[in-house]
Amino acid sequence: MMFRIQPAMLKIAAAAWLLGATSAMADTTLEFTQWWEPELPAGSLRAIMNDFEAANPGIKVTLVSGPYATTRDQISVGAATGTLSDVVGLDGAWVNNLNAQGALADMNPMMEASGFDKTQVADIIKVDGKAVMFPVASFVYPVFVNLDLAAQAGVTKLPSTRAEFLEAAKKMTHADKNQYGWVLPLSLQTPSGVQNDMMSWVWASGQSMMADGKPALEGKPVVDMLTFVKSLNDAGVVSPGIATKTEQEKVEEFVNDRVGMMIDSLAHVNLIRKRNPKLNFDLIPVPVVENYTGKRGLPYASWGIGISAASKHQEEAWKLVQYLMSEKVNAKLVSLANAFPGNVNAKPDFVTSDKAFAKAFEIFKTGYLANEFTGLPVAEDLMTQFDVQAQKMLAGEQSPEQAAANAQKGWMAKF
Amino acid sequence: MTRQKRSHHRLKRAVAPYLYLSPSLLIIGLLMLLPMVTVIGYSFQNSAVLRRDPSFAGLKHYQAIFADPVFWASLWHTLYFTCMSVVFHMTIGMVFALMLNSDRINPTLRNILRVLYILPWLFTAVIIAVIWRLLLEPNGVVNSVLMQMGIIGSKVEWFSSPETALHAVTFANIWAGYPLFMVSLLAGLQGIPKDFYEAAYIDGAKAYQKLIFITIPQLMPIIISISLLDFIWTMQVFPLIWITTGGGPIYSTEVLSTYTYKLAFSSYNLSQASASAVVILLISLGLTLFYIRYQKAR
Repeated sequence: MMFRIQPAMLKIAAAAWLLGATSAMADTTLEFTQWWEPELPAGSLRAIMNDFEAANPGIKVTLVSGPYATTRDQISVGAATGTLSDVVGLDGAWVNNLNAQGALADMNPMMEASGFDKTQVADIIKVDGKAVMFPVASFVYPVFVNLDLAAQAGVTKLPSTRAEFLEAAKKMTHADKNQYGWVLPLSLQTPSGVQNDMMSWVWASGQSMMADGKPALEGKPVVDMLTFVKSLNDAGVVSPGIATKTEQEKVEEFVNDRVGMMIDSLAHVNLIRKRNPKLNFDLIPVPVVENYTGKRGLPYASWGIGISAASKHQEEAWKLVQYLMSEKVNAKLVSLANAFPGNVNAKPDFVTSDKAFAKAFEIFKTGYLANEFTGLPVAEDLMTQFDVQAQKMLAGEQSPEQAAANAQKGWMAKF
Repeated sequence: MTRQKRSHHRLKRAVAPYLYLSPSLLIIGLLMLLPMVTVIGYSFQNSAVLRRDPSFAGLKHYQAIFADPVFWASLWHTLYFTCMSVVFHMTIGMVFALMLNSDRINPTLRNILRVLYILPWLFTAVIIAVIWRLLLEPNGVVNSVLMQMGIIGSKVEWFSSPETALHAVTFANIWAGYPLFMVSLLAGLQGIPKDFYEAAYIDGAKAYQKLIFITIPQLMPIIISISLLDFIWTMQVFPLIWITTGGGPIYSTEVLSTYTYKLAFSSYNLSQASASAVVILLISLGLTLFYIRYQKAR
């Protein structure tokens, strides 16, 4: 009996294996490396991938997830060794280096071939004319104002210009009570304060730190910004410990009623509420220079997406990118991430259900996304160099003009 | 036994020790020598790691770091940080060890002190950095206490001021590292024969004379060994400085380890970072050879 069953079983097993192997051969498996999955509710990114797989039979997606820093290192090594995943999560600060390594595919031909509507995306990051990244989700940086501190200080109108901001910060400062008007984190450990808390003043007024693709730090916009920051520091309205303060400490000080105003990521709204449910705060756009009435640049950090130049499945990878950038899917993803959409037509859930987010969405809609560090070579190094010069200025070792000139010299060496 | 068998047996005996050593040699080769040689190789390449076809750069990256004033500032800060740490680790470790070894202190109190004094050793570098950041922040406990005592008139930005940052970070490291000396010296103190002190007592020696002529000479081998090891370890301290100051403000606490880290992970200049790492390796190697020679001489 056994001898009769065995060949039959073998045949069934062989047939099953053949079927499996055939279907496996028919399927294309895309590898998608990103740091988003650990930052989203458990299983939510996988669910979106399952929906994609259902909508695109024959394509499977394997998620390779890790914390931000690990992902960055993994992508750097993958780019060097030619083993980069088919689809990669990107930070704007990385794209220049990755492009220099020839690791990112140009998505222009893919957009052309598929008739992709470019007007639906908030931004396309280009390096040397190549479209290398789309911001999928954006975390904007408005000004958070502690309304109770503002009311106590007699600030009835929230600041809209730099002069009004200085006045409001002065009124909110009571150094004897460890209370200050503004907080500026310039730790060299994470020099992102240069981007979020300093250059944001430049971009808010529709100005630029660049000219013709080169640094223009000695220009009026950056020197004026440095002069303004120095005036805040000289007025004693900035919380002490600037040179070693990190972003986390900035948020902690705001949460604990120790600073009246801070520029911070909208992604921290829930964290702030959790840490101090009684905190009464509002969001305003970053104040602008006097008499500026144009559109305001809104600093942002983003979850970007790109395709590996070494991918053998670029067509399928492009389908996944398109899927994530499509109106409905993008709205779903950014709703989960509490971020603003990469598709201009997408409307995340939270903007209708939450007052703070609704206000921020209004700021987002009336302004434009601005982050000139995106796509620059060794962006973090540039921030570190600027940070050092700003620290020297705040320590009284040099003027804003000298700080700008020294930073310009350092930056030019990197271009 | 035939001649062939004898030579086979001799060969087996000659090879046997190497076979026993082979697992550890393999591990050392894979985990230590290979990365070391690779990093040395990177220091002579252009765009190491970042390019698949890096070109030979010669000594270019070494010239670049030696021409960088920040490198020399880092070297000076490293030496200051290391020397001060080792001297104070030794001094505090010695004082506490003598205290814990003294019969004049109540045994219960001595046991309590033993636990308290060893506490800094139980914390990781990250915890130590966070503790001192909280204590020394402008609105922190230290400023508050010093102001109440009238020692300082206004808040001092210990980690954020270029004048005080290096001293503050060195202080935190001294606090974190003295228990190693204390425990080693305490063990050494307990090994000194009582007869020496009894003879000195009969000769009318005073306490400080006993310390200078008996205790310190008896502890000298431990002091030198631990000092050398501490020097090598302290030179490579990274997390404490990185978390407290990030090498700033400006470059006032930049040490060789933070300088190298920034080259690698902020500038993505892995070739220059490798050259800087090789310099650290050479300094550490010099100290290690000195330590080994001292151990052999003993």
